[in-house]
Amino acid sequence: MSVDTATVAKIAALARIKVSEAELEAMVPELNGILAWVEQLGEVDVTGIEPMTAVIENHLRLRDDVIDADPLTGGGVRDKVLANAPAREDGFFGVPKVIE
Amino acid sequence: MTDLTELGVAAIRDGVAKGDFTAVEVAEAFNANVAAAQTALNAFIVATPELAVEAARATDARRAAGQPLGKMGGVPIGMKDLFATKGVQTTAASHILEGFTPEYESTVSQKLWDAGAGMLGKLNLDQFAMGSSNETSYFGNVISPWRRSDGGNAALAPGGSSGGSSTAVAARLAPAATGTDTGGSIRQPAAFTGISGIKPTYGRCSRWGIVAFASSLDQAGPMARDVRDCAIMLEAMAGYDPKDATSLNLPVPEWEAGLSADMKGKKVGIPREYRMDGMDADVAASWDRGIEWLKDAGAEIVEISLPHTKYALPAYYIIAPAEASSNLARYDGVRYGLRDLPDGAGLQDMYAATRAAGFGAEVKRRILIGTYVLSAGFYDAYYTQAQKVRTLISHDFKNAFTQCDVILAPTAPTAAFGLGEKTDDPLSMYLNDVFAVPASLAGLPAMSVPAGLNREGLPLGLQIVGKPFDEQGVLNAGLAIESRAQFSAKPDKWW
Amino acid sequence: MSNYRIQGATGEWEVVIGLEVHAQVTSNSKLFSGAATAFGAEPNTQVSLVDAAMPGMLPVPNRECIRQAVRTGMAVGAVINKWSRFDRKNYFYADLPQGYQISQLYHPLVGEGEIEVILDPKDPEGSTKTIGIERIHVEQDAGKLMHDQHPTMSYVDLNRSGVALMEIVSRPDMRSPAEAGAYLAKLRQILRYVGSCDGNMDQGSMRADVNVSVRRPGEPFGTRTETKNVNSVRFVMAVVESEARRQVDVIESGGTVVQETRLYDPDKNETRSMRSKEDAHDYRYFPDPDLLPLELDDAFLEECRASLPELPDAKRHRYETALGLSAYNANALTADVEVARQFEALLASAAGASGKSEADVAKRVANWLLSEQPGVLNAAGVSSDHPKNTVEANTAIVVATESGLISGSKAKEIFEAYLTTEIDLAAEIEANKQTSDTGAIEAAVDAILAANADKVAEYKGGKENLFGFFVGQTMKAMQGKGNPQLVNQVLKARLA
Repeated sequence: MSVDTATVAKIAALARIKVSEAELEAMVPELNGILAWVEQLGEVDVTGIEPMTAVIENHLRLRDDVIDADPLTGGGVRDKVLANAPAREDGFFGVPKVIE
Repeated sequence: MTDLTELGVAAIRDGVAKGDFTAVEVAEAFNANVAAAQTALNAFIVATPELAVEAARATDARRAAGQPLGKMGGVPIGMKDLFATKGVQTTAASHILEGFTPEYESTVSQKLWDAGAGMLGKLNLDQFAMGSSNETSYFGNVISPWRRSDGGNAALAPGGSSGGSSTAVAARLAPAATGTDTGGSIRQPAAFTGISGIKPTYGRCSRWGIVAFASSLDQAGPMARDVRDCAIMLEAMAGYDPKDATSLNLPVPEWEAGLSADMKGKKVGIPREYRMDGMDADVAASWDRGIEWLKDAGAEIVEISLPHTKYALPAYYIIAPAEASSNLARYDGVRYGLRDLPDGAGLQDMYAATRAAGFGAEVKRRILIGTYVLSAGFYDAYYTQAQKVRTLISHDFKNAFTQCDVILAPTAPTAAFGLGEKTDDPLSMYLNDVFAVPASLAGLPAMSVPAGLNREGLPLGLQIVGKPFDEQGVLNAGLAIESRAQFSAKPDKWW
Repeated sequence: MSNYRIQGATGEWEVVIGLEVHAQVTSNSKLFSGAATAFGAEPNTQVSLVDAAMPGMLPVPNRECIRQAVRTGMAVGAVINKWSRFDRKNYFYADLPQGYQISQLYHPLVGEGEIEVILDPKDPEGSTKTIGIERIHVEQDAGKLMHDQHPTMSYVDLNRSGVALMEIVSRPDMRSPAEAGAYLAKLRQILRYVGSCDGNMDQGSMRADVNVSVRRPGEPFGTRTETKNVNSVRFVMAVVESEARRQVDVIESGGTVVQETRLYDPDKNETRSMRSKEDAHDYRYFPDPDLLPLELDDAFLEECRASLPELPDAKRHRYETALGLSAYNANALTADVEVARQFEALLASAAGASGKSEADVAKRVANWLLSEQPGVLNAAGVSSDHPKNTVEANTAIVVATESGLISGSKAKEIFEAYLTTEIDLAAEIEANKQTSDTGAIEAAVDAILAANADKVAEYKGGKENLFGFFVGQTMKAMQGKGNPQLVNQVLKARLA
């Protein structure tokens, strides 16, 4: 499968990366080169093989339902949460006005 | 007085403990080297000499008070700028995070500070750890301290993505540094710069607070002068973290105490598929020397097969970009980092402008690849297929480890290449990790140790891959090679 | 089979409905972080670094959220998948800090189940219908955007971001607004019984995406639209009605229904297209690499099952068979878990206090709670959670009435006085005790009959409805304390 300019433009839009026409033109052959190369995976017979789910045998642990049990992953830290925000007002993050 | 910057982790720790010198003296000596090398090598994005001294003072005070100094007591280190450090800018070498000052400390860096280490600064790297030459950093290339012996002064790549780490250790700007390894990012730069580095079993080191590249592959590990220093530092970094659901709930072994270069009774596998056509002659020769050294150490050599080796890299270049495309979606200009808000732009325009301005070309390339392989209609053909191949690669290793204890292979297909040599062709750059990636896909512990110089006078590394959880076996095989290779070369100081 | 049909210009149409209900899981902390979930907190105060998707933050699942989803699945008789996975649903929006929602697409926690709904709550013995549940999965809620606080900016509050939701997906089994409404009400009832969701629809704890299509009866499904975030049973019914009508009009005027996301406007009672959400969605679902597969062991499932309460259908059946309540009362008392809880508490207390079996006092307790007590509370102007409306007080009233100590009307009077003034309930009951002293009753009756000789004559002349007058006069003379049965008995004998 190879991609054309329109496809790359669509992917870039999906990934929310603005690209110029010139960048698009340059990306098409690059991406096609990489895609052609990864497509050799199609040669591999994977009959009966499950996709990998856990690289090292391990079980998903569940945590107890306790509020702010660990301050590093608890709430009540609004100042920390907002500290690096490009726009913050009245305890909120600010973004360009959204019309729904 | 000895040059304290020639000392490694163990020597500093022991010397400080004995009172041969103070931790502050050590920190100041490295701070001076960091400052002196910054313009030429560009290893650090931010230097934090005051933090190094502050930690050293604390160590000296503890010593004066007769308190224990910790596994890394008095050792200043470099911190790859992928680890969140509270109050110190953390960028992943990307413009999109420029100015971001975390309100939290990564688990691994916190463990190192708790063990008595101090921070010399935040080390440069490939942007979001995507690269094999440290040429994708927004903050400029890192220059390897090594030069070819032809008398030329071509700038060489320090490897990547942990290129600032490898350069800092090789150039004596730090006795050790943290690295992260997603598809070779500890081992390949270690090999390029004549130092040691180990990527532990996936899950040994917490990923909490490390800027994510590819979650199922990312692992932190130490980069240092020798195997013992790696063992010491890995002990300090590793350990169960309930904040990381993929963290291994296992006790941390005493790897340093368990070090032994005696390989009697051990079987070393030599994977036939790694001996590729057109292999660099010096690399092949160093591999052969490595085999002899391990035999000399008492090991039995067995040929093994890892039949899906050639598919590891293509599988990696689907899985890693797919995960990255999702992991990097949070860089959107809303909560931290760069915001590019063109006049009259709406929310979605702001995202697209911010991400266009904030991400470098390689990061964008991988996000686009990842987005494409996950998109409707392509998911099964690419992503599911790649994860099945990953299962097969993991099976290959499982089978191989029924016949051997560790696997020996080159770390990289060549020695360090010149800056700019591979930047025009992403594929040729990717191929650099051909030997490193299979162990990453299988989550296995793997390390690189220096194994000599090539005909150009540049370091070559040998890689040891172990069974899950068997860092000790990997370290011991590394030590067996190290003690026979007697690698003592270091770059001439030209900076 | 529903006979609900939309009459179009060209004939009859049938509506096909499926619901995707998002129910907030009752838990103290969020699905993947320790931040609190309480409703109504100051903006961004219940947000952890994880919920704000700071670089390097990682999710760790909350056991209670998984447990509640499993219990919910069990309550609808569903298959529980011991192996499930979390997937990432990727899209960009300001209320979604990670740039993806952690959800479950490929391997949900709960598989197929079903619930039975009563189509007319006034007629619980009437027709029922079984609605299939396709799956239940667990996922993160998004944050909230506010658009009116600033001239050029929208504000983002992440308090809800990361709160656990269950998405409960029905089969397209419903065929009328009433069925859709009954399904949602039944689901809410079950969730509240299980305790996995508080069902507070006005706080957004439960909201439904309503999938509607129309077809000629018997033909294949038509193209559906999805109306998002409908937050009451009434609105769901209204959406079905208006959207089905709209689709019929579109088709009959020669157009085609577009598969799209719509929004309901309750003020205009119509749905409108959400074009802003229509830009080529491709969610790029893939397994979340930060999380391992979720594997549940038998002990966990056993605990989930053992901790399930008696569910509404079983309870309703038991009220009818073991307690002898009418189908209507049994349905009314089990409609909401709180009502059932009050009923059972009062029932046990009343049985204990009167020394009778629960079955013996059940009807009295049911009548008191369903017919009498609500009127008293209303008259007293207090709500049922009034501090004096205790189990003890209700027990005293019910027991006194059940045993004939006081009359039903006296009971209401006393209870109202108790709620609104400072009286001693026991003393008041004692003071208003009915008399079963036959002599006293006979004396009172005789006096009344003597004083109303003309009416006695009329009665004997055939005006039998005067009997009630005599009862009333006697009771009045006895200040309401005469045992009504005895009064009746004596009057009948004297007037014979």
